[in-house]
Amino acid sequence: MRGAKILLESLKKEGVDTIFGYPGGVLLSLFDEIYNEKEIKFYLVRHEQGASHMADGYARSTGKVGVCLATSGPGATNLVTGIATAYMDSIPIVALTGQVATSHIGNDAFQEVDITGITRPIVKHNYLVRNSKDIPQIVKNAFHIASTGRPGPVLIDLPKDILAGEVESFVYPETPNLLGYKPKYEPNKMQIKKAVELIEKAKKPIVYIGGGVIASSAYEELLKFIEKIEAPVTTTLLGIGVVPYNHPLYLGMLGMHGTKYANYAIQESDLIIAIGARFDDRVTGDVKTFAPHADIIHIDIDPTSISKIIRVDIPIVGDAKNVLKDLLSEIKEKRHPEWIERIMQWKKQHPLTFSCAGEGLKPQMIVEKISELAGPDAIISTEVGQNQMWTAQFYKFTKPRKFLSSGGLGTMGYGFPAAIGAQVANPDKLVIDIAGDGSIQMNIQELATAVKYNLPVKVAILNNGWLGMVRQWQELFFGKRYSYTDISGSVDFVKIAEAYGAAGFKVEKEQNVEKVLKEAFNIKKPVLIDFHICGEENVWPMVPAGGSLHNMLEETELA
Amino acid sequence: MEKKKTISVMVENHPGVLARIAGLFSSRNFNIESLAVGETEDPATSRMTIVATGDELVLEQIIKQLNKLIDTLKVIDMSKEDYVERELALIKINTEDKNLTHLMHIIHIFKGKVLDTATDSLIVEITGNDDRINSFTQLVQTFGIKEMVRTGIVALTRSKKQKE
Ligand SMILES: Cc1ncc(C[n+]2csc(CCOP(=O)(O)OP(=O)(O)O)c2C)c(N)n1
Repeated sequence: MRGAKILLESLKKEGVDTIFGYPGGVLLSLFDEIYNEKEIKFYLVRHEQGASHMADGYARSTGKVGVCLATSGPGATNLVTGIATAYMDSIPIVALTGQVATSHIGNDAFQEVDITGITRPIVKHNYLVRNSKDIPQIVKNAFHIASTGRPGPVLIDLPKDILAGEVESFVYPETPNLLGYKPKYEPNKMQIKKAVELIEKAKKPIVYIGGGVIASSAYEELLKFIEKIEAPVTTTLLGIGVVPYNHPLYLGMLGMHGTKYANYAIQESDLIIAIGARFDDRVTGDVKTFAPHADIIHIDIDPTSISKIIRVDIPIVGDAKNVLKDLLSEIKEKRHPEWIERIMQWKKQHPLTFSCAGEGLKPQMIVEKISELAGPDAIISTEVGQNQMWTAQFYKFTKPRKFLSSGGLGTMGYGFPAAIGAQVANPDKLVIDIAGDGSIQMNIQELATAVKYNLPVKVAILNNGWLGMVRQWQELFFGKRYSYTDISGSVDFVKIAEAYGAAGFKVEKEQNVEKVLKEAFNIKKPVLIDFHICGEENVWPMVPAGGSLHNMLEETELA
Repeated sequence: MEKKKTISVMVENHPGVLARIAGLFSSRNFNIESLAVGETEDPATSRMTIVATGDELVLEQIIKQLNKLIDTLKVIDMSKEDYVERELALIKINTEDKNLTHLMHIIHIFKGKVLDTATDSLIVEITGNDDRINSFTQLVQTFGIKEMVRTGIVALTRSKKQKE
């Protein structure tokens, strides 16, 4: 059996049903096998970066491992942004790359790059396969590493001769052979005890959750936990969807563009229980003034996340679900009426609002409309910038794995291919990319992929004619010197959509927003909607980079 | 406060594992003072002895990050153990117009070995801990050190002594 065939058989053993990829010279024997393949559906993309984000969107929306494939050299380097995106957000993907024949490695052969070297700092692990018969064990290991512990991307580099090489028989190993890799799922009982003591003493506790709660599917336990100890809960960008937007204890997102009440609550709290979150600088602002009165309990499956940025009082290494179960069984019910009352006051005083002085549609209103019309099962991806923050702030999520957004890396061009990946994995769901006019142009070629495979993804472009988020910073911190952020009039999106065979709409009037959205959601093919929003609308409130969470800028303060 | 730590890392002897460790130190902005690598009693594993510097939080991170690498089998924080450490240095010392008796005396005190002699220089082997090698180099500074190479520290934990 050819190495290429062994690879496909191994992938099937791991339950792979989908590969996003692009061919090239060293992959010819693999593509020759894919040609006959019935069980794995292959999606030919238009740029390998697209394939990497599709695998990511597939993974985020399902919890399964996403798979992408690219040829050696430029194909492999085109995956790098997607791999880094997945790495920063702990998303399980397996990236397969072709490599020049083993006899040529190191010779600067045609289309040779040291992709294991290039990706080393942005993968959980990677492999260069040196023998065709090693393929099954390496695939087994790769999927195990990607999907267990703190998930993350794994790359397998496959030289041409390894794919073409013959192996006598195919035997798939039952277990990975990783001697030193043992993620710790069960928390230490002593630490649980200490945490319980601290929680029972706390008067102003707050729970701060991140993507780890989703990775561990700890939704139910999390809700039981916050209700049992009556603690308000705030989330990072990646934790959005775990707690329904209308839960009485929910404070929305914290940090730079978080709600005022979430940030105030953090600053005044006497105990932070961080779960599957990592104290990113977009969350903490100035670390020195972050939560000055709070003790910190930090629950994470990755010990390196703990005490990396902020020294915590009680570290608990373990899987969020297991830790929460243990905490729930140990802890007594708690009530904090005064604390909750105080927070309710803040909620009333400082709701997220919007107003727009200039001409054009209000982007927040469009997000709210989409939210209203799309229903609770719709999957929403975003690009990066203002579009992303408005979606995080105004979209009413009620379920996890419905919000796909590049948090850690902030990758413009992520949202559209991620939406395509999610649509492939969820053929019956409505999938919408909420985009900026800048970001969408970074992977717009994937319209061809969406049309080719009949994937009815919707793209709502919040077109402000600017690289909006950068312009906002220039407005606020660089005296409105708009250096190279004006991208107005650069393209006719409706024509672009039509040229690819998708449907396109332009919306300039408020009364058409709902009508066009409804129509678009009913069209069974990809649709691009170009919403002309007011150009200089900003995202509020805002903690300036490196500022303190209790000092949030608001629109009115600047007027 | 800056501290120094000797860390022993047992790793699976896979290609690229040294690059992973070195890459970790550079990408995380960790300071590494020395690194010695070699096979162990089991040819499938290598042992790296790393001397790193940093404040307590950083040193803690270094140990956790080393543990996180998939190829890592075990990380031992030597400062928490009873251990012995040694380093070997080869030093080419200038002897031209110098008092050789004095030099030989110093070498003798440090239990050094002369490995090579020439008309104008000799090569000395010194083993010891970091301090010992540093004091030796200081003492022979006046002769002039032409070249020097050090292995970096290697360390092993002591076996537990049986109670009588
Ligand atoms: C690949 C990439 N390049 C550059 C940036 C820096 N950046 C962050 S937001 C932004 C502007 C985004 O503009 P647009 O997509 O139009 O979204 P808006 O902020 O206007 O909603 C830029 C350039 C980035 N995040 N990603």
